[in-house]
This record gives sequence, C-alpha cells and structure tokens, in this order.
Amino acid sequence: MKPILDAPLLTSSPGALSSEPSIATRAALNVALASRRALTRRRWLLWVSAACVAAMIIFLACLGLGTQTISYSTILAVLMGAVTGSSLELGLNDPTSVILLQVRMPRVLLAFLVGGSLAMVGVALQALLRNPLADPFVIGISSGAALGAAIAILFGLGISVGSLAALPVCAFAGALLSLMIMYRISSAQYGFSVYTLLLAGVVLNAIFSAFIMFLTSIADPIRAFGMYAWLMGTLTGPSWPTLGILVLYLGVGLIILGMHAQSLNLLTLGEETARSLGVEVERVKKRVFLASALLTGAVVSFSGIIGFVGLIIPHAVRLVVSADHRLLLPVAGLVGGMFLMLADTVARTALSPSEFPVGVITALVGGPIFLWLLTTRQTQLGMK
Amino acid sequence: MVIDDSANTVRYEITHMIHDEFTSNVAYSLKDVTFSYSRGKRAESEAVLEGLSCLILSGRVLGILGPNGSGKSTLLKLLARVFQPQQGNIELLGESFSCLSQLEVAKRVALVPQETLQVFPFTIAEMVLMGRSPHHQGWGGWHWEDSQDWAVAQNAMEELDVAHLSNRLVTEVSGGERQRAVIARALVQEPQILLLDEPTAFLDLHHQLDIARIIKRLNRERGLTVVLVSHDLNLASQYCDQVLMLNHGRLAAMGSPQAVMKPDVIESVYGCSVLVDRHPQSGLPRVSLPV
Repeated sequence: MKPILDAPLLTSSPGALSSEPSIATRAALNVALASRRALTRRRWLLWVSAACVAAMIIFLACLGLGTQTISYSTILAVLMGAVTGSSLELGLNDPTSVILLQVRMPRVLLAFLVGGSLAMVGVALQALLRNPLADPFVIGISSGAALGAAIAILFGLGISVGSLAALPVCAFAGALLSLMIMYRISSAQYGFSVYTLLLAGVVLNAIFSAFIMFLTSIADPIRAFGMYAWLMGTLTGPSWPTLGILVLYLGVGLIILGMHAQSLNLLTLGEETARSLGVEVERVKKRVFLASALLTGAVVSFSGIIGFVGLIIPHAVRLVVSADHRLLLPVAGLVGGMFLMLADTVARTALSPSEFPVGVITALVGGPIFLWLLTTRQTQLGMK
Repeated sequence: MVIDDSANTVRYEITHMIHDEFTSNVAYSLKDVTFSYSRGKRAESEAVLEGLSCLILSGRVLGILGPNGSGKSTLLKLLARVFQPQQGNIELLGESFSCLSQLEVAKRVALVPQETLQVFPFTIAEMVLMGRSPHHQGWGGWHWEDSQDWAVAQNAMEELDVAHLSNRLVTEVSGGERQRAVIARALVQEPQILLLDEPTAFLDLHHQLDIARIIKRLNRERGLTVVLVSHDLNLASQYCDQVLMLNHGRLAAMGSPQAVMKPDVIESVYGCSVLVDRHPQSGLPRVSLPV
C-alpha cells in the first residue's frame, strides 16, 4: 500500500497509480472493499436471497436451452402445470413437457447440486487446511471417491435405483480413505506447507488413477467405456428417484458443514488460536472431514470427477462477497451450482446434437485460474 | 474455657480470611506439570516441561523468560489449555482444568499467539469480532453478533488504534497493525487473563513501546492479569511485576525483576556472562551483553 502514499510526490493526480502493474487487481480489490462491512443478519439475507434469485434465473435459462430450444412461456406453463398437478395427464403425452420434466430438469438440477456441493466442500477443506488451493479434485479426494465407485461398478452395481443408493457409500469410503491419508500427512508435520499439500495431492491422484486404470483395463470393453466417460465428469440425466437419493446424501453433509460455519471462521486463525477461542478442534475437524467425504462421495458417484469448481468458486466469492463462512458457504454453494448449470449447458449445446463431458469445461476454466493463483498470490498463500 | 473458645474462633477466622484472600489472588496454580509433544515411551525423554510447580498471581504482569527451546511458548499454551499436560494439574482461578470445558476456559483466558497467519481476506473488524465467539452458545457455534458485541469490538479497536482499519483486509495491513488487531481480538473476549507469546517480536521500536504501554495500561486500568513470553530481558524487566525463568523445561528462578535479573542467574540459565546495571529512568535492572 506504500506506493499510494508516495504517488502524490511524483504527480498530483491519482492517475499516477496506473503505472502500478497490479492496477487491475487493486481496482477489483477496492470495489470489493467498498462493500466490505462485517456481517450482519441483514447483509446475510440480502446476499443469500440475491444469489437465490440469480440461481432461479439461470436455472430457467438453462432449462430453455438444448438441442430443442423451449420458450420461457412454455417452460412456465409446464412448470405451473406440474406444480398444480392439473396437466399431469397432458404432461405425459406432450413431447415438450416430457423433455422438460423427465430429461432436462433432472439434469440441470443435478448440475446445480453437484456444482454447489463441490464449491461448499472446497470452502470447508480450504478452511480446515488453511490453504486456498485445497479442492476435492486437486488434493485427491475426488479420485479416492472415484476409485471406490469404480470398484463398485466393476463388481456389478449397475444403474438401478437400489445400486445408485449403494454407490455413494462405496465412493464415500474411497473419499474417506484419501481424506484420512491427507489428514495424517497434514497433522504429522508441523508447519504443513502449501507445497506439501499440493504434492501429496498429486501423488494421491496418481496412485488412485493407477488403480482405476488397472480396473478399466481388466473390465469388459463396454463397461470400461462407460467408466471412462464417467471418469471424465459427465452429467447424464438422472431419474427423479435417484435425484432424490442424491438430495438425501447431500442434505446430511450440507447441514453438518453449515452448522460449523463459525467454527470454520475461527479455524482459519490457526488450530491453537481456535482452541483458545473455545472450539473443540478435533471434534470439528472430524465432523467436517466426514461431511466433506460424504458430499464428495455422493457427488462423484453421480457425476464422475469434475475438477476445480471447489477451487475457483470459493476464491471468487471470497474476493467479492465475504470470507466469513456463515455467508461464504451458502453463497459459494449457490454460485457453484450456477456455474456448473451454465458449464453443463455449454457442454450440451456447443456441439449439438453431440455433447462432451462438463469436466472438460471446468478444467479448461479452472486450470488456468489455478496457475494464475499459484503465481500471483504467493505472499497471500504464505509461500514466501 | 470461654477465653480459649473465643481465641480459637478468632484464630479460625483469621486463617480463613488469609486463605480466602490468598486463593482469590491466584490466577493459576500449577502442580508438578509435565508435558511432552511425543507420546508413549519417548514422552519421558523428550519432555518439554518437567515437574513445573508455581503460582501465578492475578492482577499482575508476569514475564516468562528463558533460552530458545526452554519451553516458554509451550507453558503459555498449557495455560490457554491449547494442550493438556500428561502429568500434573493446572488450576485456573481455583478450578481444575479437567473440570472446565474449552469454552469455559475461553471465557476467562485469551491467547495472543506469536504470529497470526491469515490467508483468507477477512476484514480487521471481522477478525476482532471473532473474539466474541466464546460468549455465544448457538447451534454448533452459529450466532449473529449483537449490538453489544459490536460496541465491545469498537472499544477494543479504538483502544489499540486499529478502528480506522476496521474495513481493511487482514492480509493487506502491516505486521504491527495486524498484531494490534490480534490483541484487540483477545480483549474482545473480555478475559480475566491475557496470554501473549512474544507480543513485540516482529515489531519495530516504536510499536514495541506502544504494545508494552498498552499492556501495562490494561493491567492497571482493568486489573487484567497478563502473562507474556519474551526474549527481551529488558522489556520484561521494565514492564513485568514478576518474572519466571525457564531452563530446559524446569523452573530456574521466579520473583521480582530485581531478584531474578542477576548476572549469576542469567549466566547459569543462558550460558553467557552479562552486565547488569540500572535503567537510568526506572532504576530497574538493565541487562547488556559484554563487548
């Protein structure tokens, strides 16, 4: 901040600041700071309801887009009909409402749930590990979950509703395994650095990928192809009952995370300080790790590995809205949901009628942002 | 008989009075405290603190001194119940730590760590308000700060001269400003005891003096008990009522600065000879290194 004090000596205009290389960053920060007041209930309600409205708008927009564009008046009419139940008979016969209610809506909802959960898991892991680069994909939790799910699929858990209820349990076990390894590494070493975490994540990813590759190579070709597409992160339209199962799993995890929002705030000050502020650190850590594993497991078993959502969304929301987890968690969840709804709509429509995995888009957007963070935010990450 | 009886009563009342006054003046009582970061067999050989017993009086400023690795910071963390000793017992204001929850300790004791690294963009006000957390018991710690919390935070921020920074980000302010904000966060806890780990370590002279004066003022005006760890013998001598010197996890000396800061004591603990004379203003011991 010193250059600001020095600037008037050189010229009298504040335009002298434009010689600063980080002018864009600073301007963005000043905009963010202008609205940076500590959290009140009113501010919380304002932000959360604004994010809800935005999510609703994007939800409706994404419903309309696809191989066949559906007008908004039709969408609203069908939705109203479905809610009141009056046109349910008609809905079954009319192809537009079939596409809308049985194909597109479950898929857009799935994108919303997956994106929101990944973003919230990212927030929680970042606070626990005090590392803004932590993300279920980057540190190997997602691939742990994928290994669990891959084993389950290989041993014959198909796509029936009953199996889809069991699949998240296997993925949860895999996610839990990799989280436990990560937890051991992070608590074994005093002054656990950003680099150690990233390296450990790379290695975990490599190990789990090796297992998954082995499994796909011994699986029969048709199953292997399905697994391959799933691993790249695809959102195939689920049926309503399976979506219900996902909501059940996610609900439990999200409630646990939400409950510990204030503890997560205190944990960012360091475990010792958090304890001196009355937080039962071990208990909170265990619960949040369990909830994160549950969420990642459920999400990965439905959508495969979708990377970087848990990294970029929390970072952006922190910069613009607040770092306070009571506000950050819900807003990051809603924004993450919006982001993945949009990304999936692009994946569905860009090469219509064929489509590509949504994981491609999130990696193409998230990867460069990750690299940018790694190179520009070193002081902030405590790397210098 | 009558005379004897009344004499007994008087004696009983006097001892009772002395006892009451004595216990109400004790902030901490440590009995035979042993702590090690390792567990199991190695714990005994790698003990950081060994058989430490002492009383810490309330309303005073106590300085914990000693060479690197003598267990100063560890002792401070034990006092904040960040760690629990493997052996021995610590009593806080007459209550054993084992009977108190983390939250109950947090309402009485605030800890200012040596360095607070914050990687997330919290504002100073947000961080200071986190100190109110022990006074709320919500659903998993969920609460909203009320107007009283805001008033307490505003006071503390003004006291430590960080009120003008309240909407700035913790990651953007200088080390000295951040340290003052962390102390404000500790005051917002409204503790009876303030624990500080090298509060002046990373500060320039001007800010060192600032912090030392603020600590002394809080002690005088609010009767706050202060325990601080320091490497700076002279700072401890000027601002502490009592000093405790540790050596290899054992109590080497404890008493007033005049009693403890003697060349022979310092030499036996730090292993180097020093010159001790008087501070020209305060007349308290001043330690300098020989040429």
